[in-house]
Amino acid sequence: MKKLIVIGNGMVGYKYCEKLVNSNRSDEFEITVFGEESRPAYDRVHLSEYMSEKSAEQLLLAPTNWYKENNITLHTSSLVSQVDPQNKQITTYKNEIFQYDSLVFATGSSAFIPPINGLEKKGVFVYRTLEDLDAIKSYANQLKKQGRNEAVVLGGGLLGLEAANAAKALGLNTHVVEFAPRLMPRQLDKAGSNLLVSKIQELGIEVLLEKSTKTILGDSSINGLEFSDESQLKSDILIISAGIRPRDELAKAAGITVGERGGIQVDEKMQTSEKDVYAIGEVALYNQSIYGLVAPGYDMAKVAVAQLLQEYETTMDAHIDLSTQLKLIGTEVGSFGNPFISDHSVSVITYENKLKGIYKRINVSKDGHKLYGGILVGDTSDYNTLFQLYNNSMKLPENPEDLILGSRGSNTGSAGNILELPDTAQVCSCESVNKGQICGLVEDGSCNSLSEVIDKTKATTGCEGCKPMVSELVEVTLKSLGKQVKKDICEHFSFNRQELYDLIKINKVTTFEQAIELFGSGSGCETCKPLLASLFSSIYMETANKQVEIQDSNDRFLANIQRNGTYSVVPRVAGGEITPEKLISLGEVAQKFNLYTKITGGQRIDMFGAQLHELPLIWEELIEAGFESGHAYGKSLRTVKSCVGSTWCRFGMHESVSFAIEIENRYRGLRSPHKLKGGVSGCIRECAEARGKDFGLIAVEGGWNLYVCGNGGANPKHAILLAEQLDEQTCIKYLDRFLMYYIRTAAPLMRTAAWLEKLDGGIDYLKKVVIEDSLSLATELEQEMQSLVNRYQCEWKQAIEDPQMIKRFKHFVNSDQSDDNLSFVPLRDQKMPRAWR
Amino acid sequence: MEQLLQQYDTVAQNKVINWFKAGLTSDFPANSGVCIKYKSKQIAVYNFRRVNQWYACQNLCPHKMEMVLSRGMIGDLSGIPKVACPLHKKTFSLESGESLCGDQLKLATYPVKIENENVYIGFVD
Ligand code: SRM
Ligand SMILES: Cc1cc2nc3c(=O)[nH]c(=O)nc-3n(C[C@H](O)[C@H](O)[C@H](O)COP(=O)(O)OP(=O)(O)OC[C@H]3O[C@@H](n4cnc5c(N)ncnc54)[C@H](O)[C@@H]3O)c2cc1C
Ligand code: SF4
Ligand code: FES
Repeated sequence: MKKLIVIGNGMVGYKYCEKLVNSNRSDEFEITVFGEESRPAYDRVHLSEYMSEKSAEQLLLAPTNWYKENNITLHTSSLVSQVDPQNKQITTYKNEIFQYDSLVFATGSSAFIPPINGLEKKGVFVYRTLEDLDAIKSYANQLKKQGRNEAVVLGGGLLGLEAANAAKALGLNTHVVEFAPRLMPRQLDKAGSNLLVSKIQELGIEVLLEKSTKTILGDSSINGLEFSDESQLKSDILIISAGIRPRDELAKAAGITVGERGGIQVDEKMQTSEKDVYAIGEVALYNQSIYGLVAPGYDMAKVAVAQLLQEYETTMDAHIDLSTQLKLIGTEVGSFGNPFISDHSVSVITYENKLKGIYKRINVSKDGHKLYGGILVGDTSDYNTLFQLYNNSMKLPENPEDLILGSRGSNTGSAGNILELPDTAQVCSCESVNKGQICGLVEDGSCNSLSEVIDKTKATTGCEGCKPMVSELVEVTLKSLGKQVKKDICEHFSFNRQELYDLIKINKVTTFEQAIELFGSGSGCETCKPLLASLFSSIYMETANKQVEIQDSNDRFLANIQRNGTYSVVPRVAGGEITPEKLISLGEVAQKFNLYTKITGGQRIDMFGAQLHELPLIWEELIEAGFESGHAYGKSLRTVKSCVGSTWCRFGMHESVSFAIEIENRYRGLRSPHKLKGGVSGCIRECAEARGKDFGLIAVEGGWNLYVCGNGGANPKHAILLAEQLDEQTCIKYLDRFLMYYIRTAAPLMRTAAWLEKLDGGIDYLKKVVIEDSLSLATELEQEMQSLVNRYQCEWKQAIEDPQMIKRFKHFVNSDQSDDNLSFVPLRDQKMPRAWR
Repeated sequence: MEQLLQQYDTVAQNKVINWFKAGLTSDFPANSGVCIKYKSKQIAVYNFRRVNQWYACQNLCPHKMEMVLSRGMIGDLSGIPKVACPLHKKTFSLESGESLCGDQLKLATYPVKIENENVYIGFVD
């Protein structure tokens, strides 16, 4: 068997192994991989997520046993210290010697450290490996204990900004220092950079441009920086992210040709100057360049595997695309093709809206036919389309400016139909998957859903930027084949939510057990159980006390679980109106049970830190004081926010508080596919932010304007006008119809805004259903809603009045003790959970 | 944190030294979990009525080290009985304790036996 050695188990080294395994010919080789890091290859692109939600395990590209299962011998924590091409052998730092027939360098790069005085001081870091992040985290924690928190990131490129974001998230006061006069100098022009600077400053990160750092100040640890213009900046921690340096030291020592400025020279076969020795990824110098992105690295891995397997015709393209989107920094940035080109053969079209913080630029050929590249800051929703037009040299629409301005005057999208892309259009550049492959798999029946396509092609598993496009391609292709895009809720029910809603109603099913016997299989799971619970509630208005075991954990205990397993308590304060007496009782309860209190964004009061066994005791007192459940834990009506309106406000047109209270009380307890929020404003100044809600009313001359399907949260959307100048009765009639129609037809966990986006015919269709009654459903919808309204009960009252129900609020069944794992730390004058361990 | 976790080791049925009486079957609601205290341990016990099985595991979620798993929802993944943590919905096999989300987290599991309407959990201490 031939011996194959891979040096480096980073992203590209791993991809090489994966491609070889997938070729089904890996058994022709004895494969040995050496990696210097202590863990197997992980997803460096998503490294920053290690600062927040992801564990090191979750970032692994494949679990440790994957290598074993595929007969790959992986040596982690094993630095290769010498390569001897004459004798075809390598030596590790432990002086072990291994022979090879073929050798692959996938040693990546390390952070480039510019020549600055004082680099040896404590508190200076780079941002490349999990270990770097661990070190940064623990140093930052030490600093904070000493009351120091000034951080500087050296380098305002893609990685520097990401590092700055991470430093900010660690609670540090962060500055970015860039040598060039622009941020992201490789991707952005001056105007784009200016806008990005102001956006980043809004996030609380300071930016200093055109600064060249000379000296790191401080005794043994850093306490500041001095620049060449002699100005200084306070700094307790420095993260250097000023570029990369290929790790070609081994190759160089072995006499393999490296470039003048570093990198192992390779040809289009990824072959180095030495026969049977390849180099791929960030260490490879191809076409005089080093490519600091995964996509070209993955292509190189593919080519090197093909060459090893003697499929000689697979070689590297001459042109390598460097289009990128910045992730994670809280503002969108994209740059593709040649973003700067501006000679006489090119027209540059730009659009800038400082108020909204948007800058767009496209570089188009003079005849208007061809797109050379461009820049998007603040809004990258057109990135995928523009990138495809550029990458496939597609013909542009008649007025190329429509591409960034939107075609004014018509509703159709500017860039045309996704199916018009050529089959060769690369959709996922990380995994080099093109449109033809995706559509082909769906057309020949090998795949019937997005997840199957992802499984087969690995598309979307890299930077995820292509996800919307892949999912749209799958959906459109399925539709074009006349196949329904099946949205089964989970493995236990092969129905979508709407089908189950109908099945339960028609068959008068009342319990989960019946439902799974009749229409499902298995035992259910955390997806279908809460979904059915919600359906039973929407159909029969049953409270969460009836089928406790299928309620989502929060509904099961009628409270929101918090980070340490305690709960928060949010009584309803309809419309945000509350009497002084009630405010006092809330204060008294919170004081008695030592709860942290806060005014919520929904105009009510949240009390945190209640233990499971305390919940009924707290509610007993609250109910005594006239409160009821606020359903803050449920996928149900939350709040109807109000402004003071004409009762007090000098501009108020109608009584917005009274109307908000009426509406909140009407729909309280109503469970729905996702949570529901409303707002009522007394005039068009809109102080209740009604257009940011699922339904909103705004007082106007002659009545109320009714808006629907707005959203705050992750994807803010303004609600859209459904009808104008309605009287209150008609408002409620339309709201009944609208809400009930949404409850019947939406997918699980789909807010009204997303639902409207998916609704064929959009708002015009919805108007027909709600106002013109085009489906002849209006009476039925109204009656259904009325019967739900009539059957409302406060589920907390129900729970505390029934000794059987109350049993579930106990930490232990066999002891009256409480959770001994809990501990709180002081926070200002209150308390909070201790940090996660 | 290590100390907390170290208390919990899977106990095989044939190694049990002490069958601890945790309560009456009627104390354990059908198709959901509750928590019991045994010495310094917190153990989640599930009465999986739908398949007539009982399961027990540590109450401590190894993801963020909180005592919450008994409050998680149970169900199955292709026939493997599982529990979903109420905090971030990580799921674990109730049979092997292994994570079903592709990470390395793992739960200690304990044998359960029912005799004369009594629920016993098996320990080695
Ligand atoms: C307490 C509160 C923050 C505060 O301190 O002010 C809050 C807290 C939570 N919000 Fe919120 N949201 C709160 C107002 C809001 C608002 C503002 C509003 O309602 O006017 C929004 C934006 C408006 C909107 O929803 O469109 C908001 C958008 C979200 C979202 C994003 C929803 C989306 O469609 O993108 C989530 C996540 C989700 O629901 O999936 C969320 C989820 C959560 C959860 C439930 C997260 C969780 O699962 O633990 C938090 C629970 C806190 C608790 O245990 O009590 N919260 N959340 C606010 C409670 C209002 C209330 O009185 O009920
Ligand atoms: C924070 C961050 C964010 C990023 N974001 C993006 C992004 O959004 N998009 C994008 O396309 N790219 C991004 N990148 C770049 C991307 O991660 C790299 O292009 C990719 O990891 C390169 O893969 P590689 O295998 O060539 O190198 P690496 O992943 O660096 O792997 C090389 C491995 O070889 C090991 N090694 C080196 N020398 C030896 C030796 N002598 N013996 C044994 N082992 C050795 C190293 O320890 C390392 O583990 C990002 C990088 C970082 C750090
Ligand atoms: S919207 Fe503003 S201005 Fe109008 S009534 Fe309400 S508070 Fe007054
Ligand atoms: S604490 Fe259990 S999943 Fe996060």
